[in-house]
Amino acid sequence: MGAATRSPLIGVDPADHREAPMADCVLSSRVRLARNLIGFNFVNRSSPEQLAEVVHRVQAARLGGPYEAGTRWVNVQATAALDRLMLFERNLISRPFVEAPHPRCVAISADETTSVMVNEEDHLRLQMLAPGMQLAPLAERMFELDRSLERSLEFAFHPRFGYLTACPTNLGTGIRVSAMMHLPALRMLEELDKVQRAAKDMHLAVRGFHGEGTEALGDFFQVSNQTTLGRSEHDLVEEFAGVIVPRFVEYERAARRTLMARDLSSLDDRVHRALGILRNCRLLALDESIKFLSRVRLGVALGRISDIERPLVDRLLLEVQPAHLARISGGELGQGRDDRAARADAVRGAFRCL
Amino acid sequence: MERTCDCCPNPAVVHEIVVQNGLKAEVHLCAEHAQERGFILPTSQGPALVVGKLLAQARAAAPRQPKGCGSCGLTMAQVRETGLVGCPVCYRSFEQELGAIIERAQAGAAAHVGRHPAHAANLVDRAALRNRLARELREAVSREEYERAARLRDRLSEVGGESTADTTPSTTTSSTASSTTTDDIAGDAARAAMPAAEDGCSPSGGAPS
Repeated sequence: MGAATRSPLIGVDPADHREAPMADCVLSSRVRLARNLIGFNFVNRSSPEQLAEVVHRVQAARLGGPYEAGTRWVNVQATAALDRLMLFERNLISRPFVEAPHPRCVAISADETTSVMVNEEDHLRLQMLAPGMQLAPLAERMFELDRSLERSLEFAFHPRFGYLTACPTNLGTGIRVSAMMHLPALRMLEELDKVQRAAKDMHLAVRGFHGEGTEALGDFFQVSNQTTLGRSEHDLVEEFAGVIVPRFVEYERAARRTLMARDLSSLDDRVHRALGILRNCRLLALDESIKFLSRVRLGVALGRISDIERPLVDRLLLEVQPAHLARISGGELGQGRDDRAARADAVRGAFRCL
Repeated sequence: MERTCDCCPNPAVVHEIVVQNGLKAEVHLCAEHAQERGFILPTSQGPALVVGKLLAQARAAAPRQPKGCGSCGLTMAQVRETGLVGCPVCYRSFEQELGAIIERAQAGAAAHVGRHPAHAANLVDRAALRNRLARELREAVSREEYERAARLRDRLSEVGGESTADTTPSTTTSSTASSTTTDDIAGDAARAAMPAAEDGCSPSGGAPS
């Protein structure tokens, strides 16, 4: 497992430490493609032997270009529960993939920006992550990877329905583009319904911190396309990158301006009170850690907190989660000392206020 | 939109919804095939004067059993129950039922637009050609250009009959569906080289979202 600082979720290009685009309001961007191999039943209708053969075939395929060097194949079935959960918390695998009982594996690029899940709901789930708003370049890289895999693997395709998937809601392009938005000011102004309405009008799904079936935590929302048929990948990505995400970012930035203009003292109090709790607490539950980190992140973005950098906050958003916390504190999940005490220690340690 | 006959590329003049054993199926037939199947037509001279009716002969036909996918054996009832399809061939086996479900789930979209694998290029081109010919055939019939329509019908037969890509949803009967299955899923040669799924293979225990 790489150090948390290497994750694209932390929002800084490790090469030059430049801030990612729209990082004040967008934690990360993600593109994923669903693909299935010809000659096999879908995962839900396959025997373990057939699924093992799918794993074998995909591992034998060339990922191509930059993905050849440094990519690790993880046999998820043979991986310890703690490590599986860490992969999930780092958005490298999905929640169902953590617990599924059948043969499956995941390829993870050295920089953790790319993962290929084999035998999730579909034979292949290709995923790319980037900090901030970077959907367009991410999609281009994804199509290169798709083309590269296509040289070794034949994907099921129907002229009317497009790329075929186990669930009809994913067929067609098989693409899901999403942005993890940080919208604390809209929540403070109780204007989140504006986001929900806009999302509904545009056939978008709004989900929680870890995607489908999860709750929003601490003002973080994942916005993604709900439909995959009838529009080209290019059009969809262009709309997300050029219209949808910038629109939500503008809503949030306008809300932040309103908060500052309306009552700066109150805003300052909220962000610094959150920081004070994080720096002094002795017991810290997961949901409150995310809530207070979200407020500190807002304070940093608005320049109201000057002695903390945003990448530290983003790193802590990862490290307060159960598996990361267990690994950092040297324990096992749900065993030993109170998780809340370990979390409080970790956060205080990160802010160097022990 | 004008539909073509389930049995040939001619325009359908009989449109029936048949419900048997809880399964709904649409029947679209040209005048010739409608008479062949026992529908009464007021006139056999064309599409303008049609009132179709199933005869007792059709009603007395053996009740249809719920059919499974020819490749993986999954039934449409199982698809409805789990929300998941069993294999690529299911999309051909249940094209009509799935087409309606897909349209609802995909905000009204009925056909793919966008990238396709290189190995499916011919398939995509052929589907586009079939759609164009079917569209021209319908236009020719509606303008009563029968000689041109006959030429287009022959050409359509040559390139593989029904359209599948972007116009009328296919209304194939189960027999034609199975006969065209191998035509419409890309890379079928590769599938033919692989062992088919064993009967009764268990669904995966996981229920991925």
